[in-house]
Amino acid sequence: MRIRALALRIIRQFVRDKRTLALLFLAPLLILGLMKLVFNGNAIEPDIGLVQAPSAAVGERLEKAGAHVSAYPEAIAAEGALRDRELDAYLAFADGQPSVTLEGSDPSMNQSVLLLLQRVLSESAQAVQPRISYLHGSEDMASFDSFGPVLIGFFSFFFVFMLAGVSFLRERTGGTLERLLATPIRRSEIVLGYLLGFGLFTLLQAALIAWFSIDVLGLYMDGSIWYVLLMNLLLSLTALTLGTLLSSFASNEFQIIQFIPLVIVPQVFFSGLFNLDAMTPWLQYLSRIMPLYYGADAMRDIMIRGEGWSGISTDVYVLAGFSAVFALLNVIALKKHRAI
Amino acid sequence: MSPIQASSAVPVIDVRGVTRRFGSRTVLDGVTLLVERGELFGLLGPSGSGKTTLIKLMTGIDRADEGTVRMLGEPMPKLAMLQRFGYMAQSDALYGELTAKENLTFFGALYGLKGERMNKRMQAAMAIVDLEAHLNKAVSAYSGGMKRRLSLAIALLHEPELLVLDEPTVGIDPVLRQSIWRELGDMRKRGTTIVLTTHVMDEAEKCDRLGLIRDGKLTATGSPEEIKRQSGSASIEDAFIALGGGARA
Repeated sequence: MRIRALALRIIRQFVRDKRTLALLFLAPLLILGLMKLVFNGNAIEPDIGLVQAPSAAVGERLEKAGAHVSAYPEAIAAEGALRDRELDAYLAFADGQPSVTLEGSDPSMNQSVLLLLQRVLSESAQAVQPRISYLHGSEDMASFDSFGPVLIGFFSFFFVFMLAGVSFLRERTGGTLERLLATPIRRSEIVLGYLLGFGLFTLLQAALIAWFSIDVLGLYMDGSIWYVLLMNLLLSLTALTLGTLLSSFASNEFQIIQFIPLVIVPQVFFSGLFNLDAMTPWLQYLSRIMPLYYGADAMRDIMIRGEGWSGISTDVYVLAGFSAVFALLNVIALKKHRAI
Repeated sequence: MSPIQASSAVPVIDVRGVTRRFGSRTVLDGVTLLVERGELFGLLGPSGSGKTTLIKLMTGIDRADEGTVRMLGEPMPKLAMLQRFGYMAQSDALYGELTAKENLTFFGALYGLKGERMNKRMQAAMAIVDLEAHLNKAVSAYSGGMKRRLSLAIALLHEPELLVLDEPTVGIDPVLRQSIWRELGDMRKRGTTIVLTTHVMDEAEKCDRLGLIRDGKLTATGSPEEIKRQSGSASIEDAFIALGGGARA
């Protein structure tokens, strides 16, 4: 009864606050849309210069592989074009030996040039071409498809963390928490009321983000939408409980913002946007205490690898555990404000 | 004392030898205080003297380091007792985005009010503070005085046996202050015990009994007349200075 009253109050406050509603529902869509546009551009077509090619066939093959080719009479002219950034690389043949000079400032461009050149040059050596097949994903999968699932989880986490933190803080600084604690409400009922009230909006947010990224942005999706929603909800609950817990340690809104570089940004690094295998082992262990790591892992398993319950159950339990622990700590932290 | 008669025979507030410290600072120092049923009791003292801390011990929000607090016969803090108190905090604890009605509904639900009884009590409480016409207005559009009155209405909503008011008239214009005092007088006649804090001396005159609190110590208790006589002063203000040691006025 009291939990319901508290949840209802939060819902009413939320509905009145149009800007916050917009932040919760529209901001993630805007950012995801932008991400899609930025990272899903057309395939990179490098500009490659050819110096003294032994035959015209090399140029043709490069063109066929997707490069813009221009021929130069000597290396010095190609080098000039490289400096002026007209070229990304040039391929020179001295005594029939190919040598490649790269512009070199953009690692991803370097890689795509080298990949393309290797493919073209090995073709000429009459090498056996392997047949390529994909266990998960496909040839057409763009990088957005790969980190999109992580982003969906991240937005659920980030916005809910901020909102829950700020609104619980306001309850405290505005004096209403003290007033609330003068009623016969239990401390646990306050935490549960918050969970229920915010839970509704986080569920709606999760559903909207998932629908938008899959149906509108066309994010690669191989698994069940229900598992996606479940993971999003769990991430939001973790963010909600963590946000309200940490707001106990902030004395104003600005100090909530200060938690972003401390709590949110490190989680992004460990969420799988960057390859974890490349990290120092002890750093990899650090990812084990980050809720977003589990959420992102499960989101990728579901959306890209099409895994079901068995693939994500550990992540589900861990996130549920995080939420339970944070909520419990929250109940204890409220003791600071009322002895019983 | 037999437990059956407890509620009528036992003092509403029974504070004995209560000390409360925050770190090395002693905010309340051996306070003993009895308030009987139907009394309008005023706690008088400068800001920072420990009034609000004493109030928080009474309402069960805080716990004493030493001594006992019994309210309506029950040792505090006890969660179930909070149901029997009405509390008005020093700052208006209202939700500005919500209407007055929604604020009342919310707090009413926390005290277990619902349905027909909720509606009846809401109308009655708002009538007492003369805000019936503004029931569906958002609280953010309320003036300071209206917010204060709404806070009072919320404290009255569940018909508590004991009303604890922390500076109920601070920042309220004289006309409104008078009407609130009239309301408090009416409630007391109906048998509600009222404890309030104030640092306005002319308000203190209207209380049945006063407790003078200073630097965490209760320096005197008694009716306004008694206190004036004790100190040989003509006004409560002079008495307060005389009994409080007079070092700082």
